[in-house]
Amino acid sequence: MKNTLLNMILVLGGISTVAAAGVGYVYKITEAPIAAAVEANKTAALAGVLPAFDATTPAELTLDEIPVTVYTATQGGNVVGYAVETATRQGFSGEFRLMVGFSPDGKVLAVEVLQHAETPGLGDKMGNEGNPLFASFKGRNPGEMNLAVKKDGGDVDALTAATITSRAYVDAVARAFNAMMEMTGGPKADAATGATATADAASGATAETTSTEQEKEADNE
Amino acid sequence: MNKLKIILSGIVKNNPTFVLMLGMCPTLATTTSAVNGAGMGAATMAVLILSNIVISLIKGIIPSKVRIPAYIVVIAAFVTIVELLMKAYLPELSKSLGVFIPLIVVNCIILGRAEGFAAKNGVLDSALDGIGTGLGFTFALTLTGAVREMLGSGAIFGHKFISGDGMLIFVLAPGAFLVLGYLMVAFNKLTAKIK
Amino acid sequence: MEYVLIIISAIFVNNVVLAQFLGVCPFLGVSNKVSTSMGMGAAVVFVMTIASLVVYLLQYYVLVPLGIEYMQTIVFILVIAALVQMVEIVLKKVSPSLYQALGIFLPLITTNCAVLGVAILLVQKQYDLLQSVTYAFSTAIGFALALVIFAGLRERLELEDVPRSLRGTPIALITAGILAMAFMGFSGLV
Repeated sequence: MKNTLLNMILVLGGISTVAAAGVGYVYKITEAPIAAAVEANKTAALAGVLPAFDATTPAELTLDEIPVTVYTATQGGNVVGYAVETATRQGFSGEFRLMVGFSPDGKVLAVEVLQHAETPGLGDKMGNEGNPLFASFKGRNPGEMNLAVKKDGGDVDALTAATITSRAYVDAVARAFNAMMEMTGGPKADAATGATATADAASGATAETTSTEQEKEADNE
Repeated sequence: MNKLKIILSGIVKNNPTFVLMLGMCPTLATTTSAVNGAGMGAATMAVLILSNIVISLIKGIIPSKVRIPAYIVVIAAFVTIVELLMKAYLPELSKSLGVFIPLIVVNCIILGRAEGFAAKNGVLDSALDGIGTGLGFTFALTLTGAVREMLGSGAIFGHKFISGDGMLIFVLAPGAFLVLGYLMVAFNKLTAKIK
Repeated sequence: MEYVLIIISAIFVNNVVLAQFLGVCPFLGVSNKVSTSMGMGAAVVFVMTIASLVVYLLQYYVLVPLGIEYMQTIVFILVIAALVQMVEIVLKKVSPSLYQALGIFLPLITTNCAVLGVAILLVQKQYDLLQSVTYAFSTAIGFALALVIFAGLRERLELEDVPRSLRGTPIALITAGILAMAFMGFSGLV
């Protein structure tokens, strides 16, 4: 076709219209499946960290400027556990997100890694089954633990050669625990309850004060 | 032209990755495993075939001065369609390929084949060229991915054949450059022998 | 502090070419000489910064209000292509000397996936306007840095006796691999 201005505008306009219509049509078709895929992803993560449940109620919180979502899972009206979508910004390659499942009495049931950019083969082992990080938390209440890796004087076994990732993991789990405690009104594992008010969850000293604090509380009971 | 020759040319003689060295970004970025490489190759091939067909159909009505923008619109539309379909039906793969799905738009292979082949040839030949070039690209990506996965994670297509870790550097960024560099050497040697 | 983090991360830790593999084509193609690589680097800095501004405004004042975010890819690539043309025309009129230095690189930038990649990433990372521009600018600086270093290495390589089958792109890729290894030393910095 000739290179007249009218021709160019007509052809480009026509192609763009057809292209836009085609894309719009496919978008309409895929809208529902995409939403379903996102939903299925979340449900799978929830199911992976919680015991059997029939309903969840989400609640959005913000801790240390990081958005955290607490899902309260119920079975026939009884609370069977909490799943907390948590994050940390202290990872080796920036932010990563975890889903942490708690029993109603605050014990860690399971942890799933939702999204991360940690080094393959080192930091990304935090997602493997039976890794020392998760093993340190499994079945324990973070509020009764010294929340730091062993290198920093805490109770958590770090991943080999991935101390920064391990510290960040502890930070994320601590944040999940605190978010859940904020929901249920229990004592926190962080500086919020303690006398020494340093905000660093990974520092052994802070966590130590907290755990002694809680031991005292336990004694009182 | 012989139909089979069109397909074969894209795979060996004009292999987009090893010979023409086009589309380097996705080749390096998405080949952390054989499956990812194959997925990226397949997505690119789909766009390539569709855009080749459409462009050879409409080549007659496009004024020559606006042909590049017109091609880009066609390619971008197909890329978006592929992206939406992958999000809907292959969410895992679409997540691991990430930003490189929309970036198929600027993959020089596609615009290159549109301009260099589809704009001059009939519909059937253009489709075959899309298949050939797409297969060549997919082959290169899967091979690079497989080598990196083998060396880097000690696995192939996700099945581990040694316990423990591989040489991590091959899964990381530098490994991509190194593996592709040496594969290119091997490919050049092999094709030189055949000739 | 936040901006310092964005800048350091974009230039060194997540270097656009060596860690994210965006813009590898010009990285391999325009790195034979230090002087041309500087021209290319400057042109990318220029275009990427302007593109980030335009793309940001387009995303949040046109695409989101209309509810057509899924048209992102088409709209962005067309806008970037048009923008490059406009920059070329304006530069020719306003500053012929700058045009002489950058002119030949401008058309190449449309198909530089780093520009479109950064545009998509800054939307994905949900940066605000100032963060977006900072991110784009420092990413481009990272690109220019990697390109100039790489060109310096290749100039030296020209004088070496490289085995025949390694000559050209293979040795360039292997060099880039070693450079990427060096850049990995920056990880963990932020």
